Amino acid sequence: MEKIVSYLVGHCEKLQHLPEDFIYLALQVVAGLLVLMLFVAPFAGIISFVERRIAARVMDRVGPNRVGPQGIFQWLADGVKSLLKEDIIPAQADSVLFRLAPYLVFVGMFAAFVVVPFSSGLIVADLNIGIFYLIAVTSIVVVGIMMSGWASNNKYSLLGGMRSAAQIVSYEIPAGLSILAVVILSGSLSIQSIIKAQGAYPWQWFLFQNPLMPIAFISLFIASLAEGNRTPFDIPEAESELVSGYSTEYSGMRFVFFYFEEWANLYLIAAVSTALFLGGWNLPSAVVSWAQTKGDVLLHLLQFLTFFIKAMVMVFIIIQLRWTLPRVRVDQLMALCWKYLTPIGFVVSLGWQLGWLYFLRECLWSVM
Amino acid sequence: MQLAFFYFFSGLSILSALFVIFFRNTLSAAIALVVTLFGVACLFGLLEAHFLAAMQVLVYAGAVMVLFLFVIMLMNLGREELLKIKLAFLGIIGVITGVCLAILLVTRFMGLSAPLLSLDLGVEYGTVKSVGKLLFGEYLIPFELTSILLLVAIIGAITLARKPQS
Repeated sequence: MEKIVSYLVGHCEKLQHLPEDFIYLALQVVAGLLVLMLFVAPFAGIISFVERRIAARVMDRVGPNRVGPQGIFQWLADGVKSLLKEDIIPAQADSVLFRLAPYLVFVGMFAAFVVVPFSSGLIVADLNIGIFYLIAVTSIVVVGIMMSGWASNNKYSLLGGMRSAAQIVSYEIPAGLSILAVVILSGSLSIQSIIKAQGAYPWQWFLFQNPLMPIAFISLFIASLAEGNRTPFDIPEAESELVSGYSTEYSGMRFVFFYFEEWANLYLIAAVSTALFLGGWNLPSAVVSWAQTKGDVLLHLLQFLTFFIKAMVMVFIIIQLRWTLPRVRVDQLMALCWKYLTPIGFVVSLGWQLGWLYFLRECLWSVM
Repeated sequence: MQLAFFYFFSGLSILSALFVIFFRNTLSAAIALVVTLFGVACLFGLLEAHFLAAMQVLVYAGAVMVLFLFVIMLMNLGREELLKIKLAFLGIIGVITGVCLAILLVTRFMGLSAPLLSLDLGVEYGTVKSVGKLLFGEYLIPFELTSILLLVAIIGAITLARKPQS
């Protein structure tokens, strides 16, 4: 960021009169918008098409295949259709809160993409509290979901909103504990330094650092599935009971905002697991030095591809899970969180991690 | 630049705090409270206390307010039920407490002026590390006492909510 600012100030005479803060702010806004428009929006669109095709394959159907080759432009057609649709606001709904809710959900999800890295240099802002900021900001989504459930003035929406809120607030605890395990290992909250603390090869990843990390990984994975309302934890929008949950009364673009959030969240779950456990964008040092001779662009492209491929593997696992597993009941959901994941999280992140770091390693060092 | 942000966020907090008082609808008031807390978090951010800012959003806007909304929705407090409660006695107590608090705050901060971030705070200021050192060093006993207080509240809530075993 400093490089870009000094370059701009050096090359544009008009910018020299502006305060530096202002240039930083403008650049951050531009970077955020670029991430949103060039990556997150197309990703959410295309993944909606991919998910429908996979679902169709699982259910032995064909799926959308009419718009463009193999139906690849279906998401654009759907987007245009929902933009042109009438935006219906129920007469009995609280119209201000009803209109506001989708924006809160949208903002909560996309503010999290500020700290999601794409390569060693491509990140909107590498905050020193990175992963903690991510947990904090995504909790705004809950407020939006509850608002939409209440403002719709519909019992299905209300039930869906409340189920979703209960689920997200509960599962934040095991997710936070698993993330804590990684934070203790790396000694930093910044996502870029967590990635730098790992290496390119699987045995350098945090996933295989010690016997308890795979457990932390799985419990983070389950918890983030539940936080993202994905099957098998999609009881907030269980169509057999609640029509469509909190988004029942929404139509047109406001409806799309909710689904947009869901698909963007799919990438967010995958990106967080990749960054924390699967080595992120790390490349073998031979490849890095080779790429640097060809220029920085190639290096960042390779790092981006590494990160993206790992994240996509996670995304496909999540999609496959959705069409494979049945939905859990509410009591099973809560029991899983409070009776299993939370105690496991405590054992993994606090007890054994501290023991591993400060006693076992010291003992090994003293023996050697 | 920072001054502009300061006025914007403090204005936002004060305005939404007023909305909390004047909204008749309990749910709208709760949402306005979320905005107030979010504005306060932004002020923390402006004061270089990034960890506190994130904590404010996570704990207040994320967890506490969600529970508030939950209770409001579960009990479905409408306008009619609120008006039924006799407010005369509570009102007098409220006015006295409010006036006392206002006098305290005005006398405390009158004539006090602090520059907005012209101090050199050092790199460590406001990071997780320095906050953690303060919490687990200088303020360890108050910190632990607070956690015991919270534990007592949790156990009390469970005891009250539990169905008596027959």
